[in-house]
Amino acid sequence: MKRSTKRLLRHLALYVVLLAVVLALILSLDWAKVQETFFNADGLKHNWHDLVVTGVKNTVVYTVIAFAAGLVLAVVLALMKLSEVLVYRWVATAYIEFFRGLPALVTILGMAFGFPIATGWRPPGGVLGAGLVGLVVVAGAYMAETLRAGIQAVPKGQTEASRSLGMSSGKTMAFIVLPQAFRIIIPPLTNEMVLLIKDTSLLAFVGATVGSRELTNVARDMMNSGVSAGTATSLTMAAVLYLVITLPLTRLVAWLEKKQQRAR
Amino acid sequence: MTALSKEQPTSDVPAIEVSQLHKYYGDNEVLKGIDFRVDAGQVVCVIGPSGSGKSTLLRCVNRLEDPTSGRILVEGIDITDPETDLDAVRSRIGMVFQQFNLFPHMTVLKNLCLAQQKVLKRSRAEAVEVARLNLAKVGLAERENAYPAHLSGGQQQRVAIARALSMNPDMMLFDEPTSALDPELVGDVLAIMKDLATEGMTMMVVTHEMGFAREVGDKVVFMDGGVIVEEGTPAAVLGDPQNERTKSFLSKVL
Repeated sequence: MKRSTKRLLRHLALYVVLLAVVLALILSLDWAKVQETFFNADGLKHNWHDLVVTGVKNTVVYTVIAFAAGLVLAVVLALMKLSEVLVYRWVATAYIEFFRGLPALVTILGMAFGFPIATGWRPPGGVLGAGLVGLVVVAGAYMAETLRAGIQAVPKGQTEASRSLGMSSGKTMAFIVLPQAFRIIIPPLTNEMVLLIKDTSLLAFVGATVGSRELTNVARDMMNSGVSAGTATSLTMAAVLYLVITLPLTRLVAWLEKKQQRAR
Repeated sequence: MTALSKEQPTSDVPAIEVSQLHKYYGDNEVLKGIDFRVDAGQVVCVIGPSGSGKSTLLRCVNRLEDPTSGRILVEGIDITDPETDLDAVRSRIGMVFQQFNLFPHMTVLKNLCLAQQKVLKRSRAEAVEVARLNLAKVGLAERENAYPAHLSGGQQQRVAIARALSMNPDMMLFDEPTSALDPELVGDVLAIMKDLATEGMTMMVVTHEMGFAREVGDKVVFMDGGVIVEEGTPAAVLGDPQNERTKSFLSKVL
């Protein structure tokens, strides 16, 4: 048998197996039940408004807040981690390793329910505000590592050129190193944002007022009450909405990475 | 009166005076007790095989490298003294690197203006004026809005020289300024350095360009294995070397 014929037969066999699996699934499922659970007609008609106006809006707002505040925290942590002062390096390393090692949910719950009680701190926005601080704490830890790598990826010659012009180490960091570091880490930072968008769903565990619920929380409430109560239709819709936000971003990351590789 | 006659320096304090300089990387001693001097207005070329310590010596002069021991005086100021304001001293020493090291996220003009504004506290208008003057000097007046990535290596190095000159330095350090350039671009950069020398700029040049050293240098220093093996006028060191190591090196590069 010729090699090309062999290859053709092998591909054919793979398609047959795939077809068989799909057929078995289709035949074994009760499609009316699947449709009722995930694609309830009333739900599909009436749920969009609250999901978008409340859920998506708050998800985006919380993501932006956590990203911006997390980035500021990350700059401080990254600079501490690269500091000449040993204690600063220790503190930053301990912080980063601690919060990257914990599930984000644990940090968020601890910040929402434990920290305010222990310290008497009254967070703006109540438990939800405190939970959001927890998200910032986690985001800062992850982005600090990214930023540190970015700073170290700026060629040493840049610092040397800047210092040889008489610029202090602070000015060198601010005007020469950080701007270039940020350029380098735009793709991974966009990735962090995608992760953060998904992690805002953890705030659903904290509890919120009707108007301050993010997307997952809104969808979960719709599973319990409303036109599609008792079905997972609102979850399907939330999934679609998440993808509408995250897919363009992940595509953007891929495009940015490709562009950066070409520039080298 | 020679063709390259220079303004005589008003003070007799040497521009650079290095004494008993030792530099270790770990256990590796790369500078083994260097005594070295550049007078104001002088052009000193440092030559030698790679690994001889010549770039390290040059980088010690503005403390990009920390000497392990020894003293380095720049215009009489001890830059190894922790009390010395290093940034102030550095702003008076222009440095040109082998790899140019232009700031890639800034236009040519911004590259030239940044330190003028942030270190010398010049106004933007003043900085731009100085920058344009120096860009014209290196023949790149029309490229002020270009980004470094859009310039050839030779153009980038000329911009780097203009950037250093925009700080109105008292002296210039060149660390193999033409080694990363395509051969056809070397001439432009050397021509600018020669003009600078003619204007009386104090220069320390680590180079492999023997022609430049012979023509422009007031003094040539040959280094090998972390020591200064031989120094003197270009005619003496390059034309009539006394030391075997110098002879052997020159026979390979000339």
